[in-house]
Amino acid sequence: MLGLGVERLRADMNRLLALLFHQGVLDEQFLQLQQLQDESSPNFVSEVVNIYFQESEKLLRNLRSLLMDREFSDYKKMGVHLNQFIGSSSSIGAKRVRNVCVAFRVASEQNNRLGCLRALELLEHEYCYLKNKLHELFQIEQQRLLAAAVRYPVQQH
Amino acid sequence: MSLFHVIGFGWNLVLTLCYWFVSLVFSMNGEVMTTKSLLGDGEQIMMKLLEVIAEAMSILISTFHHSRNPSAIDQCTFARYTERTAFERPLTSGVAYAVRVLHSERKEFEKQHGWSIKRMDTLEQTPVHKDNEYDRDGLEPSPVQVEYAPVIFAQDTIAHVISVDMLSGKEDRENVLRARESGKGVLTAPFKLLKTNRLGVIKTFAVYKTDLPSNATPNERIQATDGYLGGVLDIESLVEKLLQQLASKQTILVNVYDTTNISHPISMYVSNVSSDGVERVSSLNFGDPFRRHEMRCRFKQKPPWPWLAITTSTGILIIALLIGQIFHATINRIAKVERDYDEMMMLKKRAEDADVAKSQFLATVSHEIRTPMNGVLGMLHMLMDTNLDVTQQDYVSTAQASGKALVSLINEVLDQAKIESGKLELEAVCFDVRATLDEVLSLFSGKSQEKGVELAVYISDKVPNVLIGDPGRFRQIITNLVGNSIKFTEKGHIFVTVHLVEEVIESDEEIKIESLLKSTLSGLPVADKRQSWRSFVCFNQEGSTSFPSSSLDQINLMVSVEDTGVGIPLDAQSRIFTPFMQVGPSIARIHGGTGIGLSISKCLVQLMKGEIGFVSLPKIGSTFTFTAIFTNVCNNWNEKKSQQISNQSNSVSLDFHGMRALIVDPRTVRARVAQYYMKRLGVHTEVVSDLNHGLSYLRTDNGITNMILIEQEVWDTDLGKSSPFVKNLRKINASVSPKLFILANSINSSGAGVSANGFPTPFVIMKPLRASMLAASLQRAMGVGNKGNSTNGELSGLSLSKLLQGRKILIVDDNNVNLRVAAAALKKYGADVVCTDSGKKALTFLQPPHQFDACFMDIQMPEMDGFEATKRIREMESNINSCIQFGQLGPEAYGNVSSWKVPILAMTADVIQATNEECQKCGMDGYVSKPFEAEQLYQEVSRFFHIKPNQNT
Repeated sequence: MLGLGVERLRADMNRLLALLFHQGVLDEQFLQLQQLQDESSPNFVSEVVNIYFQESEKLLRNLRSLLMDREFSDYKKMGVHLNQFIGSSSSIGAKRVRNVCVAFRVASEQNNRLGCLRALELLEHEYCYLKNKLHELFQIEQQRLLAAAVRYPVQQH
Repeated sequence: MSLFHVIGFGWNLVLTLCYWFVSLVFSMNGEVMTTKSLLGDGEQIMMKLLEVIAEAMSILISTFHHSRNPSAIDQCTFARYTERTAFERPLTSGVAYAVRVLHSERKEFEKQHGWSIKRMDTLEQTPVHKDNEYDRDGLEPSPVQVEYAPVIFAQDTIAHVISVDMLSGKEDRENVLRARESGKGVLTAPFKLLKTNRLGVIKTFAVYKTDLPSNATPNERIQATDGYLGGVLDIESLVEKLLQQLASKQTILVNVYDTTNISHPISMYVSNVSSDGVERVSSLNFGDPFRRHEMRCRFKQKPPWPWLAITTSTGILIIALLIGQIFHATINRIAKVERDYDEMMMLKKRAEDADVAKSQFLATVSHEIRTPMNGVLGMLHMLMDTNLDVTQQDYVSTAQASGKALVSLINEVLDQAKIESGKLELEAVCFDVRATLDEVLSLFSGKSQEKGVELAVYISDKVPNVLIGDPGRFRQIITNLVGNSIKFTEKGHIFVTVHLVEEVIESDEEIKIESLLKSTLSGLPVADKRQSWRSFVCFNQEGSTSFPSSSLDQINLMVSVEDTGVGIPLDAQSRIFTPFMQVGPSIARIHGGTGIGLSISKCLVQLMKGEIGFVSLPKIGSTFTFTAIFTNVCNNWNEKKSQQISNQSNSVSLDFHGMRALIVDPRTVRARVAQYYMKRLGVHTEVVSDLNHGLSYLRTDNGITNMILIEQEVWDTDLGKSSPFVKNLRKINASVSPKLFILANSINSSGAGVSANGFPTPFVIMKPLRASMLAASLQRAMGVGNKGNSTNGELSGLSLSKLLQGRKILIVDDNNVNLRVAAAALKKYGADVVCTDSGKKALTFLQPPHQFDACFMDIQMPEMDGFEATKRIREMESNINSCIQFGQLGPEAYGNVSSWKVPILAMTADVIQATNEECQKCGMDGYVSKPFEAEQLYQEVSRFFHIKPNQNT
């Protein structure tokens, strides 16, 4: 029963990953990230992704305040934030977020406030989607690990 | 422009004036010459006449006056005589005779004549005009003199001079004295005549008592003088008369001057009409050598307009104007051209800007294409790491190779700009020609199988395995050509052959026969490939001794790509190498492509000092041939390396070394291709044309044949023979049954029917044949030790681990996520990683002495970016290095390292050429793309890390 659960969870995870890949939310960089995870750092992916979430939320806050608070937004600063965002997104393989960031950067370079606002909304949406999906993924992973951990000693006997 | 006009006009004007002046002078000269000659003539005649008359008169006087005493002539007689003979002297207004009287004789003389001798001087001061009023007695008597020359006879017109002493007048005295000394007629300077007060000249002759010899001395002459005969010449009337004689219609102004005293010319005759013409001066001779006279002539009227000159000059003016106009037009034209040029320059600049924009666009687009391609490649890479069977491995590696080719193709599109601007440089690295061509085949294997087109490569044995050149570019050319061929070929074959140029020249005849027999790869007719190189320079030099490849280290390869496609329409053949030029617009729709492939190929071939040519027959096929010069690997130099390269590509070949194979193929060309591959694997081969021959060969041959390669064509057509063949095969040698292989061309048709007979299905080897693929297939079938999936990806992973094991590496990135990922990636390879998040901190870390082996630096960082940080680090290092060098700092303090230079690699998300240059400029050692890709990382890192010997187990 539990063993089946592991397989199912693994399949779920793979399906979810496949979906995310198919939607273009993630790219192969995420797989590389997963490869970097080994015994010495068992939670590497989730650690990095959590850092990513923290950083990204900070960046999103900054971006929003830059766009909202002032009459004339500081587009240059926005560009710096976006570059950071792009860098970290491509590092974890968050492809769609990265692409939206690129579009956002173009809009900010053109001082296109409306475009920036729209891009920010899209970015927040994409980010939330990514966050939800990754949380889901980690959850499944957690369950799988649990299930595997439960199963393991059974097989040992 | 106007300058030219002015010059033209001025020049014209000067010309006109010159002409005018010259013509004027000439015409006037003509007139004046006439006048002068006429005047001269008249004067001469007159003088002669005067001379004669004077002679006659002097004789008369000496005879009738001096010889008779008392005189036979008195005043009355003289006057009457002279009056009557006045017609003989038309130019003299009067004649007078003065006698020589010495002072001693004065009293007697005065008494005899009844008047006293008068002096002249005072008289001159009071001119009188009327004869009546002239009072001769009013004149003062002459003062006492040595001698006197009183006038005793005179013509009536000048009767007033009787009794006047000629020696008392200044002019007359001089005249008289000169006349008696010279014995010739003498002229006075012009002076106002007595009484009439007109300007005149007196001509004086001396009358002598005796006839004197012509050579008498002046003294003798003076002694012999008896008296003086004087004629008054009225110059004005003389000249007027002469001019009347001239009857010249030209009214000429004549001025006559006495120029004996040059500084004060005395005017003798003045025309009273003033005129400002050019004067013509000529001298006159009145028979007195002492006096000089001068005639100045000029036209009374202005000379007539010289019409010829005017028309000529007008013509010239017009010509000049026309020339000016031409100049004007020319200058306008030049200005216009200059304007156009500026415009063109502007347009050119805009075009260049557009070109830059295009390049940027290409860079962006290619980057955007590369990103998803990296995904594909990454996945494939990972797929290769999984446990795959040989076929799967082949598929994956094919897919990966194709993907890589696509990425490189994108780069090649970028290169087009470089080629065009001549900035492309070729690499010079060792490469394996055969492996390169196998790669090309891999690229097109899918497509050729799909289409059922046979694709094959044959490389001559004489071509060395390893050459030095640019494998990428070489492959690019062949890929272009094969790609074109495969596009346009629906049936038949595409055959790539590589030979040495010399070999081709030598075997020219053989090829001819071959083409005559129509023995081609697929049996379909092909275009005569010799035609494709007929225009090559190296072939046209045939007969001359020097081939480009004659030297030992230069290898001149000739590559032919022959297909049986639709061929190129004859009218399109001329523009086949023009960029973006395709046979027709419909071609682009059907087959796609940009049309730059061939032009790039041509450029590349030229860069390789080769030539490219083609022959194409519509409906039959095309053959493209190119030559390229490569360097041969020298015997000693990096022989090891070449060995390594060839070993790498033929790593499996040792497994089959010494085996024997039988190839059953009726077509020699195709059999030769199979033979070539088997030979590369170290397999000894025999070729037979059909199965029966094969059997008989197997029966007679006593060696062991390990495998039999049967062409699919043979297997399918001789289906009736194939099963007995298999049966018989078992009978011949039951112990070691040779493995059967079928060389198949397309996926659909495989020898499926055979398995029904219960015999083991022969292994099918899909064409195109490639060494690695063939080896893999044989391996699978023969069960030769499977040496595991030592794939490239793992290789570089392993090597990376070797390289990076225990290295201390600093990672600088402001982005925490990136930092973590990069650190994890490097840690995976066993590196000891230290992270920092700003350039400034990196500076403190890298302040020598430090333990870091390398530094990975992000470029885009706030505060201090990667370039700036690297520059600072390099400055710091060079300072310390120089200090150590000059002994200011002990090397002990710096870990006994005398020269500090930590390798710094840039980490960058977008890899563009500019970044690379920028990296090098600021002292970075290289760059890696972010996120890391194992192979690239390995490439970069291996440049400055060398595998530590102690870590090599």
